[in-house]
Amino acid sequence: MAKKDKLSGNEAVAIAMRQINPGVVAAFPITPSTEVPQYFASFVNDGLVDTEFVPVESEHSAMSASIAASAAGARAMTATSSNGLALMYEMLYIAASSRTPVIMSCVNRTISGPLNIHNDHSDSMGARDAGWIQVYGETNQEAYDNLLIGTRVAEDPSVMLPFMNCYDGFITSHSVENIELMEDDEVKAFVGDYNPQYALLKSPVAYGPFAHHTYHYETKRHQAEGMKNAKAALVKYYAEFEKITGRHYDLFETYKLDDAELAIVVIGSTAGTAKYTVDRLREKGVKAGLLKIRVFRPFPKEEIAKALKDVKAVAVMDKTCSLNDAGAPLFLEVRSALYDLETRPYLVNYIYGLGGRDVKTSDIESVYRDLADIVKAGRADDVYRYLGLAEE
Amino acid sequence: MSNMLEIRWHGRGGQGAKTASLLLAEAAFDTGKYVQGFPEYGPERMGAPITAYNRISDDPITVHSNIYEPDYVVVVDESLLDVVDVAAGAKETGAIIINSEKAPDAFQAQLKGYKGRVYTIDARKISMETLGRYFPNTPMLAAIVKVTGVLDDETFIEAMDKSFNHKFKTKPAVIAPNMEAVKMALKEVKG
Amino acid sequence: MAVDKKTWIVDPLTPWQETTIGGIIPTGGNAKYYITGGWRANRPVFHADKCKDCRLCFPVCPDSSIVLKDGKMAGIDYDHCKGCGVCCNVCPFGALEYVEGGQAE
Repeated sequence: MAKKDKLSGNEAVAIAMRQINPGVVAAFPITPSTEVPQYFASFVNDGLVDTEFVPVESEHSAMSASIAASAAGARAMTATSSNGLALMYEMLYIAASSRTPVIMSCVNRTISGPLNIHNDHSDSMGARDAGWIQVYGETNQEAYDNLLIGTRVAEDPSVMLPFMNCYDGFITSHSVENIELMEDDEVKAFVGDYNPQYALLKSPVAYGPFAHHTYHYETKRHQAEGMKNAKAALVKYYAEFEKITGRHYDLFETYKLDDAELAIVVIGSTAGTAKYTVDRLREKGVKAGLLKIRVFRPFPKEEIAKALKDVKAVAVMDKTCSLNDAGAPLFLEVRSALYDLETRPYLVNYIYGLGGRDVKTSDIESVYRDLADIVKAGRADDVYRYLGLAEE
Repeated sequence: MSNMLEIRWHGRGGQGAKTASLLLAEAAFDTGKYVQGFPEYGPERMGAPITAYNRISDDPITVHSNIYEPDYVVVVDESLLDVVDVAAGAKETGAIIINSEKAPDAFQAQLKGYKGRVYTIDARKISMETLGRYFPNTPMLAAIVKVTGVLDDETFIEAMDKSFNHKFKTKPAVIAPNMEAVKMALKEVKG
Repeated sequence: MAVDKKTWIVDPLTPWQETTIGGIIPTGGNAKYYITGGWRANRPVFHADKCKDCRLCFPVCPDSSIVLKDGKMAGIDYDHCKGCGVCCNVCPFGALEYVEGGQAE
């Protein structure tokens, strides 16, 4: 039986961790993720979990301790944001290449500088090729559900990769909203115990040996296969999760996209604001739709191409800027995914919401207006655009 | 989503506007509503102007932006009227509620031509009389509930009783005075 | 170019489909199957007649290549000795001589 509640995203994620009861949690505080280990530490203190809680001295140590715990055979979890993730950077790759399925919530906050504590996706997007599965949540509910499902996916023997549960700092992490929680025993039955094939505490095994050029490349290719397999694993566990909770998930979510002529592709909480806008535009007869990316790594390229092939104009929204004069990450990947289509929609990129710049329904409306203009003009000039920016 | 109610709180750091917005979300949730309660985070210090928000609806809420055209505005500290344009975007079908001992019509000039209803409540007096200290957020919470009618008095009192019992588990002595503040505030809103 | 499932020695250029997950070595003690004696440029030579079995050489060998039998020095494991010469340096009795050339006679 589901329990209806009202919780902030961070509290919901900490509860998911309590219900999973991981072997080790190692974390270092940084806004806005701090509450996750903070709530969890109180669960440890109250004896609600059996977890070994390691209050480490930095994020680099948090990830190192998590990798070591995972290699030892424990289910290991942590949480961070922004510069904390940056400090983990070296160890992110080690977690992925060692195939230690560490579970980390990344409460998205911009990477300094300039110094700023608010939300955008520059932290996790910077780590997009570290070899982690990356799933983004729109709501508290998704942040909670994604952590539960992600744990299954990461630990699937065909995958064995670390999992990053991304959700928007403050907007999702600190906002109290309605949520439906699973019962503790339902979570226990769904997630199960962690029984890795190899573990330091189970039998002699060496993690992290030197891999000469005669080994390194094949090991990376093996890792790439795990990421490829993650797609099927996600779909499999989404189906299993739906049977228990009734909540339907897929690699991405489409909203009124089937007959849409104008669409936006977006990640995270802005998708909710955009859905509201789509509804208003539909009332006015505008054929607006949207595609919300849930799974960014692995990137569901064929599926996205199929979903967007009949749209006339698409705006890809990036809550990060690549400073490359070419396009931000989501745009470049969507553009690449559409390359093999015979007829492609017009495609433009909007940078938006950097450093917590609020995204209003009127901002989203202006994007659809621009898309309509593109279709009318029959061309998309200036594909690299900025939304909600103060400029002359 | 015509039934969605949007509320904006203006307070000063330390006065509990954020807590009040979360308590309102909680109380509305208890009556089966969909809710959002969130502050606008900044480099907050004690005394600095802060903003918090509520959305309350019968249907799921998907919008995740701040609120620019609130139905209701709650001003937890009347000195903010000189610093912040609290009436900005406020819908004239709604109301502005100000913590003040003055009568509502004393604020005409400061509200820059706002044509909606204006209410005042002396949260300082209520807080001092019941709690013996100045915590304006509980009376202001009761005032917004009264003015919006989002919950009836009885349901609200019940929800607050539950909430205070949970929140002040380790300080049970403050539960009764807080409940007293709630009840007094429900009666003393002036419009 | 494969993985020997008994020794868990992974050959160089083993196809990625067959290599171990994460490049891990999924067993203990398989260093003995990996012949490092070929790395040796110079070598220690053991003179049993000068040896007093003080066993000072044993703990300093980084490659566990001092062979003991019933607690007595029995010679050098040339399959794994890399010829560092540390044992020759610590021997107080000249029982371990460092000589040019890696090839054991």
